[in-house]
Amino acid sequence: MNELQNSRFIEISDVGQTFKTAKGSFQALRDIHLTVAKGEFVALIGHSGCGKSTLLNLIAGLTRPTQGTLLCANKEITGPGPERAVVFQNHSLLPWLSCYENIFLGVERVFAATESKAQLKARTEAALALVGLTPATHKRPGEISGGMKQRVGIARALAMEPKVLLMDEPFGALDALTRARLQDELLAIVQKTRSTVVMVTHDVDEAVLLADRIVMMTNGPSATIGEVLPVNLPRPRHRVELAEDRDYVHCRKAVIDFLYTRQGHVEKAA
Amino acid sequence: MVSAVFHSPLEAPPSLPRAGEAAVRVEAAAPARPIANKQRRPLDLRAFWMRVLPPLVGFGLLLLVWELIAMNSSTGFPSPLVTGKQALAVFADPFYSKGPNDQGVGWNVLASLQRVALGFGLAALVGIPAGFAIGRFEFLARMFNPLISLLRPVSPLAWLPIGLLVFKGANPAAIWTIFICSIWPMVINTAVGVQRVPSDYMNVARVLNLSEWKILTRILFPAVLPYMLTGVRLAVGTAWLVIVAAEMLTGGVGIGFWVWDEWNNLNVANIIIAIFVIGVVGLVLEFALIKVATAFTFEEVKS
Repeated sequence: MNELQNSRFIEISDVGQTFKTAKGSFQALRDIHLTVAKGEFVALIGHSGCGKSTLLNLIAGLTRPTQGTLLCANKEITGPGPERAVVFQNHSLLPWLSCYENIFLGVERVFAATESKAQLKARTEAALALVGLTPATHKRPGEISGGMKQRVGIARALAMEPKVLLMDEPFGALDALTRARLQDELLAIVQKTRSTVVMVTHDVDEAVLLADRIVMMTNGPSATIGEVLPVNLPRPRHRVELAEDRDYVHCRKAVIDFLYTRQGHVEKAA
Repeated sequence: MVSAVFHSPLEAPPSLPRAGEAAVRVEAAAPARPIANKQRRPLDLRAFWMRVLPPLVGFGLLLLVWELIAMNSSTGFPSPLVTGKQALAVFADPFYSKGPNDQGVGWNVLASLQRVALGFGLAALVGIPAGFAIGRFEFLARMFNPLISLLRPVSPLAWLPIGLLVFKGANPAAIWTIFICSIWPMVINTAVGVQRVPSDYMNVARVLNLSEWKILTRILFPAVLPYMLTGVRLAVGTAWLVIVAAEMLTGGVGIGFWVWDEWNNLNVANIIIAIFVIGVVGLVLEFALIKVATAFTFEEVKS
């Protein structure tokens, strides 16, 4: 039973999402079936407008599906909550709070009922240390770089000890070098915390480097899962070693082939 | 996602404000300071004259037109020089008091400011929480928006008789008039500010599952503060406009009453002095509130 629950930690069955707009209804997603095992890292990839963020928001509970059900640890997802922490695309830190206070806000909400003030403080400081931002503890988001902000966002999410970490293009707004460094950091953190992660991305290399499985989505409207590619590369992974690895190149080609050969033409029409 | 729609208010182009500030009701309190500094750095003479000369020419033109009108006037319109001399006499003893109907200009201004402060303070006490509630709950927004739309365009002076009737006194009626005219900008700006809080912040609140109190103190209040202060500024400006008119009608002590009293005395020089005093006080109020607003605007919001 426990085994089963672990392999089907997030269970998405027959989910569809239709938005009502001024021009009538718009079907963003249809027929989504997906299970995510505990401790698994899943990347959602697809062209823009394919509904990958919509799917992530559904798992987060920020929006409710118009069809089908989503389960997390055998409980239906009825709304957002700290057990499914979200790292937002544009960090979404509160600019009037320091890095420490931004993280503390979440820590306080989750643990204040059961833990002492000192423990809450320790948790917050540990989260800052985990992303290497102890020196920026009392800085406001406006005083640190984009990469550091995103790290605070990740620390805020991780500090709540969520069951699932949901990331919506977390490194999309960063330059290539910073992005690579944060990807490496994320790999190390996930390795350490054994988190379950669902990450939206449009970066093929990012998906192959980080994920255990890559969920490739067809183009919208009425997007659905086109193909699921398992990435059987051993961990820990190192980007330099992987660059010439045959399996890595193979996975990469498979994703590119899906995105540009089979799904490319629809985007041209759009 | 909706985030794009609600994202922009605080990212307003930083070069635009300053000139048209007073006219725009809902404006982002964009900090204009860094730009001003950049312009000031090259200390060349041309830039200096461009700052000093035009205002001087403006004031010169005003005095010239005034002088021309005074010269061609048969009704005893005082010239700038006469008015200036009179002003010296008036400001020599601004705080004399010879009974309720003859007090120095200082007492009159203070009396008006006191009414404004009272009426405005009450309006802030009611209007800002009301704005938060209207912005936060759609039901309340739909409930109050028609009422606000109906009542807001009404001249505040139309409320004066109601005040006189209900409060049975000139002073509370004037305060009531200030209250009613300064409440709308605060309600509307606060409500708009709440509605424009970036949806990302509200999503953070939902994911962290924050309590309504935490949402209010940690997210809504800081995010809305710049909007709220714009509302406060507009409200004080309106209140200062209205108090003069209200006091003309109610009498007593106050700068508006002083203007009317001097008209009855046919002392036009004093009226002109009063106009300048009203202008200067309004300017000071506006300036002080802009200072407060910039101090409380989080520049990081833009990044």
